[in-house]
Amino acid sequence: MESRRNPRAVVDPKVRQVGFFTSSQPDSTHQPDPIASESHPVASSISPSGNSLSPVMIPPPRHNSSDTFPLRAAAAAASAVSPSSFSYSTRRDFPDGSMTASPGRVSRASFSKPSSSLPGVGMDSMAAAKSSSVPASGLTTVSVVNMPPGLSEKESDQKKNSKPLKEKTTKAERRALQEAQRAAKAAAKAEGGKAPLVSSGSVASTNVKAAKPAKPSSQKNDVAVAAPGPSEKKGGQTEKDRKKDAPHPRMQYDDESRVVKAKRRAVVKQTEAKNRVELFRHLPQYEHGTQLPDLETKFFQLDPMHPAVYKVGLQYLSGDISGGNARCIAMLQAFQEVVKDYSTPSEKTLNRDMTAKISSYVSFLIECRPLSVSMGNAIRFVKNRIAKLPITLSESEAKAALQSDIERFINEKIIMADTVIVKHAVTKIRDGDVLLTYGSPTAVEMVLLHAHELKKKFRVLVVDSRPKLEGQLLLRRLIKRGINCTYTHINAVSYIMHEVTKVFLGASSVLSNGTVYSRVGTACVAMVASAFRVPVLVCCEAYKFHERVQLDSICSNELGDPNAISKVHGREDINYLDGLTNNANLQFLNLMYDATPSDYISMIITDYGMVPPTSVPVIVREYQKEHSLV
Amino acid sequence: MPDVQSMVLEFVNKLRKRKIEGSQATARCTVELLRSVISHHRVPHANQASALIDAVKAVGGQLVAANPVELAVGNVVRRVLHIIREEDLSLATAAVAGLDLLDASDDDEDVNGKGIGYPAMSAAVVAAAARSTLRPPSLQTLLEGTPESATVPYTSSSGADSESKTADKSSITRKLKHDVIEGVNQLIHEIAGCHEQIAEQAVEHIHQNEVILTLGSSRTVLEFLCAAKEKKRSFRVFVAEGAPRYQGHLLAKELVARGLQTTVITDSAVFAMISRVNMVIIGAHAVMANGGVIGPVGVNMAALAAKKHAVPFVVLAGSHKLCPLYPHNPEVLLNELRSPSELLDFGEFSDCLDFGSGSGSPLLQVVNPTFDYVPPSLVSLFITDTGGHNPSYMYRLIADYYSADDLVM
Repeated sequence: MESRRNPRAVVDPKVRQVGFFTSSQPDSTHQPDPIASESHPVASSISPSGNSLSPVMIPPPRHNSSDTFPLRAAAAAASAVSPSSFSYSTRRDFPDGSMTASPGRVSRASFSKPSSSLPGVGMDSMAAAKSSSVPASGLTTVSVVNMPPGLSEKESDQKKNSKPLKEKTTKAERRALQEAQRAAKAAAKAEGGKAPLVSSGSVASTNVKAAKPAKPSSQKNDVAVAAPGPSEKKGGQTEKDRKKDAPHPRMQYDDESRVVKAKRRAVVKQTEAKNRVELFRHLPQYEHGTQLPDLETKFFQLDPMHPAVYKVGLQYLSGDISGGNARCIAMLQAFQEVVKDYSTPSEKTLNRDMTAKISSYVSFLIECRPLSVSMGNAIRFVKNRIAKLPITLSESEAKAALQSDIERFINEKIIMADTVIVKHAVTKIRDGDVLLTYGSPTAVEMVLLHAHELKKKFRVLVVDSRPKLEGQLLLRRLIKRGINCTYTHINAVSYIMHEVTKVFLGASSVLSNGTVYSRVGTACVAMVASAFRVPVLVCCEAYKFHERVQLDSICSNELGDPNAISKVHGREDINYLDGLTNNANLQFLNLMYDATPSDYISMIITDYGMVPPTSVPVIVREYQKEHSLV
Repeated sequence: MPDVQSMVLEFVNKLRKRKIEGSQATARCTVELLRSVISHHRVPHANQASALIDAVKAVGGQLVAANPVELAVGNVVRRVLHIIREEDLSLATAAVAGLDLLDASDDDEDVNGKGIGYPAMSAAVVAAAARSTLRPPSLQTLLEGTPESATVPYTSSSGADSESKTADKSSITRKLKHDVIEGVNQLIHEIAGCHEQIAEQAVEHIHQNEVILTLGSSRTVLEFLCAAKEKKRSFRVFVAEGAPRYQGHLLAKELVARGLQTTVITDSAVFAMISRVNMVIIGAHAVMANGGVIGPVGVNMAALAAKKHAVPFVVLAGSHKLCPLYPHNPEVLLNELRSPSELLDFGEFSDCLDFGSGSGSPLLQVVNPTFDYVPPSLVSLFITDTGGHNPSYMYRLIADYYSADDLVM
């Protein structure tokens, strides 16, 4: 229900202008054919609902990118003349309700045409054509030229009908409306189910790109309202870019056709592991260590790739950078480099082209390692900023603004957030406490170090698990500072839980049902802690919160290198599984994350304060509100 | 005699150095040692049973002290003591029956009905007293208990034997020892065959396409799963690797060798995977009288996760693993800490592990326990060689195997 209502409320002014305004404002001075609009009260009353959904139902027009090419050329030509004034005029039109069919709108109408299978679209464009045809014949021709032959014929058909006989028009329109509604329902369903890649091709999403499918429609539309100018222009771009566009971050890898498609455009040639766990067919499982040399040789062939991005990607791939914050900061800094070295190619606009570039970089990063939620949020922020850049800014100004925006994101959302979290969390540590932590969460480490600086007397139990053994690194750093530590493996957690007074955990993400998505094993520790009635405190920056929900650790996860399990580092005596790695009966499962149910968590410490897990959706909502208003 | 003594010492040393691992191996070694102790023990004419019991207790005490955490040793010693008592009793009742010209059934009636006035009263009372010692303390035994039964049942019983039957004394002596050794042999057989007994029940518990999670390396579990596999059940096994001993790797290797679909997961992924698991099957190290389980480290975590997801948590245990003790703080008292070197590379952390540096106490401590305790509330089912049992029934099962006198050794 939500997904349906949202687009209507916000999108209406943007997409439905043509038909909507003609009917709802019959007194409009520019209305050329008042009879046509006034005589269809039925159509006009229904049209908002039917139309408001149209952005949702327009499928990704990937099949005929060639069709749109002439149009794009035309648009580009138009923009070459006066890009800024052009876009402004487009925007002006809508609130006024004036029907001077601007080139911008015509071009939009023609974008939606390729997806002519949906009748609602046809009607939309027909309405556009109808309204535009009367006042300015020159513009009409433009729109007709851009139409695919089949559709233009149909449209002209309808046009003919509409003029002499209103009854017939109503019939046609009604049918069109009915069909539109039907299609809209289907689309809404698809949207509700978040079917990957189905909804991402909507008009509204063109401004934010398909790389972030999990994004709520409301967010998209907010952006669309705030910046209609750039978004409209970008419409043409998407179709071309879709080819090199990012694979869906939550792509289902058991869908063979998608995997093949994704592989074709992949830069990183990951070899799929053969011996895979049946339950995790939907997640990518790669042979590790095979791609690095291959990528290195490719370095000079990948000319569109910025070296900074390339470097970060390789670091992800080799595991040199890990941890949500570190990965996110590395990526953002690479993007800063990208922005610094960016220059708009001729015949392109900065917003459009840069979004496309960022998208292609993101797809490269995804190939190196699946995105974390925090990175997804950061990418969403960057694209949002690009989309909202005022068109009046010169290139250098825009670049400077973007760079400072990214800088601000790093400082505010990550670094400052951590200091706030530390400030909050330290109040929970008392003298004589025995604190347990799992893995190597950066936020918790900062809390512990700060508490130690405050001369609090406490002991830390570092629980670790194979195969990463990140706890040993944390242990090293804590001991260096002189903190009293005890080290053990996760299996022994119920042995040591007796003496623990508080458990501090980190998180990769906090989902809006309160589930904490974190390093695998966190759930075990939290479970044992709650069984022993020990409070569990999760430290997580608010930018890692996400409105997604998840119930188990299986639907969405990341698979690590399976060979890391069969080989035990530093223990030569453990070699039972040598030579069995290719046995069809034996699989290794190296899960990276797990989902901790919210009932194990006493408190989440974020930069917004200390909240119970039930308050997560509130923070997610507030955060997004703030995010879109910035 | 000296060779027995040396054998005992050797075994004690092995236990102390943890050369023998696994409750089954320990149990078998213990019972074989006790058999040779019994067979080499020169039994006096009087009080043969008590002499044997004393001898076994002496050796058993040493063994238990050598590795108090290996509860199977104590269990087996108690079982052997129980066998001696039982054989002694049956001999005594047989002797009484022969003396009194009464049928065995009549004799039983006498015992139950406290046959005062019968000519064989004294012998019957003795037999009743002997029997009462074999039973767990109950209201009935308390009521019918004669004063001497609690204190000196064995001296009196064998004393009565020797007094009344001087003629065939030697034959009875030989017969007792023979019977006891026979009984011990039976026990050895039982320990060796418990896997098959348990595995026979596998088909009743594993259905087609089941997903089973297991932990640690247990021969019982291996046989159990393979028995189901042999019955053409196809199912999938998740094995938690069980760091830092990685016994899961060992189990996975054997399961793969037998053609089972096996997936090795890290211990930390137990919670993540448990939602897709139909059953958790583990082999116990020991089962306590309250139904609690001592198992490989990490078992408690798996049991909690299974409870959370309402997955049946099944424990396989041979009867030699049933311990008649009630645990107190078993996580600590019945546990054993292994070397930190299994967790940390000493080379890397040598500076922190050093006691001599700084204030005298090291900054870093490493905890590496071997066992984990699962409270009975988390266990769904025990499968022993006698069938499936509830955790709440374990105390009764244990009463069948041990006599109350031996609980404290």
